[in-house]
Amino acid sequence: MWKSITWRITMIVLLTIAAVVVLVPSLTDNIPAAWKDNIPKINLGLDLQGGVFLRLQVEIEKAIENTAQRYADDARAVCREKGLPVLGFQKAGIDGFSLRLPPGEFAGKAQSLLKEEFPALDVSLGEVKSDGAMVTGRMKPAEVQSIRANAVGQGVETIRNRIDQFGVREPQIIAEGDDRIVVQLPGVKDQQRAIELVGKTALLEFKLVDDGASLEEALKGNIPEDSQILYQKSTDPATGRLAKSPILVKKRALLTGDTIKAAKVNFGGQAGGAYVGISFDSRGAKVFDRVTAENVKRRLAIVLDDTVYSAPVIQERISGGDAQITGSFTPEEASDLAIVLRAGSLPAPVKVIQNVTIGPSLGQDSIQKGVRAAIIGGLLVVTFMAFYYRFAGMVANFALLFNILFLLSGMAVFSATLTLPGIAGIILAIGMAVDSNVLIFERIREELRAKKPVRPAIDAGYDKAFLTVVDTHVTTLITAVILFQFGTGPIKGFAVSLSMGVAINLFTALVCTKVVFDYLNAKKPMQALSI
Amino acid sequence: MIELVKNPKYDFMSVRNYAFALSAVLLILGTIGTVQIFRGQANLGIDLAGGTSIQVKFQKPFAMDEIRSLLTGAGHAEATLQGVEGENILLIKLRASGGQEERMVADPVLKLLREKIPGNPFTVESISEIGPAIGHKLRQDATWALAISALAIIIYLAWRFEFKFGVAATIATFHDILAMVGIFWIFGIEQDLLFITALLTIGGYSLTDTVVIWENIRLRKRNTFSETINLSVNDVLSRSLVTSLTVLLAVLALLFFGGEVLRNFALALVIGILVGSYSSVFVAGPMLVLWRGEKMTEVKR
Repeated sequence: MWKSITWRITMIVLLTIAAVVVLVPSLTDNIPAAWKDNIPKINLGLDLQGGVFLRLQVEIEKAIENTAQRYADDARAVCREKGLPVLGFQKAGIDGFSLRLPPGEFAGKAQSLLKEEFPALDVSLGEVKSDGAMVTGRMKPAEVQSIRANAVGQGVETIRNRIDQFGVREPQIIAEGDDRIVVQLPGVKDQQRAIELVGKTALLEFKLVDDGASLEEALKGNIPEDSQILYQKSTDPATGRLAKSPILVKKRALLTGDTIKAAKVNFGGQAGGAYVGISFDSRGAKVFDRVTAENVKRRLAIVLDDTVYSAPVIQERISGGDAQITGSFTPEEASDLAIVLRAGSLPAPVKVIQNVTIGPSLGQDSIQKGVRAAIIGGLLVVTFMAFYYRFAGMVANFALLFNILFLLSGMAVFSATLTLPGIAGIILAIGMAVDSNVLIFERIREELRAKKPVRPAIDAGYDKAFLTVVDTHVTTLITAVILFQFGTGPIKGFAVSLSMGVAINLFTALVCTKVVFDYLNAKKPMQALSI
Repeated sequence: MIELVKNPKYDFMSVRNYAFALSAVLLILGTIGTVQIFRGQANLGIDLAGGTSIQVKFQKPFAMDEIRSLLTGAGHAEATLQGVEGENILLIKLRASGGQEERMVADPVLKLLREKIPGNPFTVESISEIGPAIGHKLRQDATWALAISALAIIIYLAWRFEFKFGVAATIATFHDILAMVGIFWIFGIEQDLLFITALLTIGGYSLTDTVVIWENIRLRKRNTFSETINLSVNDVLSRSLVTSLTVLLAVLALLFFGGEVLRNFALALVIGILVGSYSSVFVAGPMLVLWRGEKMTEVKR
């Protein structure tokens, strides 16, 4: 079948038509919608279209530690409520805590109380000594495991949720390895805002202000055991300076943000600026109702990620399940805060370990320069080949055209991402593409010098060069595939275009050129070959 | 027929001592350069070293001295500043030097410029902040990638030819990679992730060059092995020259017209192609002769 010229030409023509059909939507928008929407396109990498790339480290251990800390705070408060005196407290590894109670019946009671209240904990009773007995609560392995397993997955979901509400076209949020998340936001210019939006843990807590103890004493280091110092940040409207003022609050959170049903930006609060209105779901509303009823005239601090936003005095019982977060927000800040509150908090804190932001103008500039270099490089190669190998060189150039066409349409088929190094890969592939034909042509020349007639010389040239051509392609492919494995974003783009170019070259350089010579020889064997 | 070289009969084997001397110099430079990379003493790009790089475009020409003193005042005395002539573009690089010190300071630096140079607004063209852990991991990955590709290629060539052919071709390839590192190091040109990409690319390219010569050895049989190799190199010399030329043409276009971002990458490729072509002709064959000896036992087909 491979011998039939008609068959080979038909195949090349069909492939070309398919390639053009596939490629056109990537190049222009002015085509029928049915065509445009049903064909995959070449994606432009962030380095070409501009945008923000973030790599986040998910601090899973910290999430476990924080959860254990919350259990510890809750456990202490529960013991106090039931009249069990807690003498001391300490951490027990990252996933547990120990409470010290007086010797006697207290420790045993505390153990059964904690068992009942916190089914997610393994509670054990230590040796009873003269100064007391230790009750140790440790998160059950299943609980720790679920935090580990969900931290990244849930983090990705939450971030996607936030980004969707923020409105970014075609964002990419993917987990990387066990503890990293990669976020790509094409078209986003303000990297600082993007980092705020993506990286905020957004753990909202309502905590009572500790009015029973003196703040001055606490600042000197005498902090009551179940309280902590947090800071309220505010901007002085006159000077624009950021001020931090300390507030002593109870450690235990009465209510957290996971009960929020809706959050939206409103204007015209007490300060006349933007504030965020939140409403709780039925469970949250019930708790909020009880908390406000029990603590009228006390101050309730609204804490987001350990920063106090406001600490208003509860004037009366609030039953509707609505609350406000005020602060000195710009409208953007308030809107982003509403988004993160709606989307929920991250299961574990994240740290930005890589941030690459490319402005749109630089991307445009890169495309222009890359395309210009590709055209100039291509023209130089084509001119050289035509000059050096004459007619045969033109045949190789014709194959080169097919190579570029198939390469680009192949990238479209796989929705591959074109990056700036990817363009460099195409340019390099253009330079290398003619190598196979050079090898073949040099062999043909050898045969011609040995006075072989044209047609057998061509066949012998292709035969002798065949293995060499395959070997050279395999060695290049090995390195390209390894590059793909190890490379990040832009480098992957380079590996993709180089390896696809090399693979396609095997077809174009061997099949597309041979069919031309065969066709010319079919009618009447060639007497001379311009090579 | 236009020919770059007509019926070449050069004796490449006779100059092998000169070639080995030149290669030894390149290898020594390359080894020093590699050690410096791992000691963190080389001119590493932000993506490998960790740190911050910021590119801004001012509306009007700016005074480099003013910006330098601003940054020094803010505790960034070690910042590298680079301007692009006529385009009012400023490139600031802050490497994470030594310790585990975090160097992700794009926001404060931008704020500083905005506040202290109010008369000359700018747009941010690019920001790159990379934690030291990432840079460390990338360097490690690159080392692995090089090792794995070397192994894969030795296996492939050992299967296609003989084990010693595979090893010799791989050594010639590593010679090129080290030479590129050495040349970049001695001229103090920045080595970034794209440079490593260029290393691997040239690895593949140089190998191709050597393989073409190995392939030809099967077609030729002479009394001694060195004669055979010499003949093979001469046989494929015009192919080597033509291919190097076409690839060079493409890469030179990239170097001169591809823009700032790709300039060092293109430069690395140009150097690599030159070194790679040299090593295939002058290093790989002679080395194989030294190792394998002159006996003309059957070369596996």
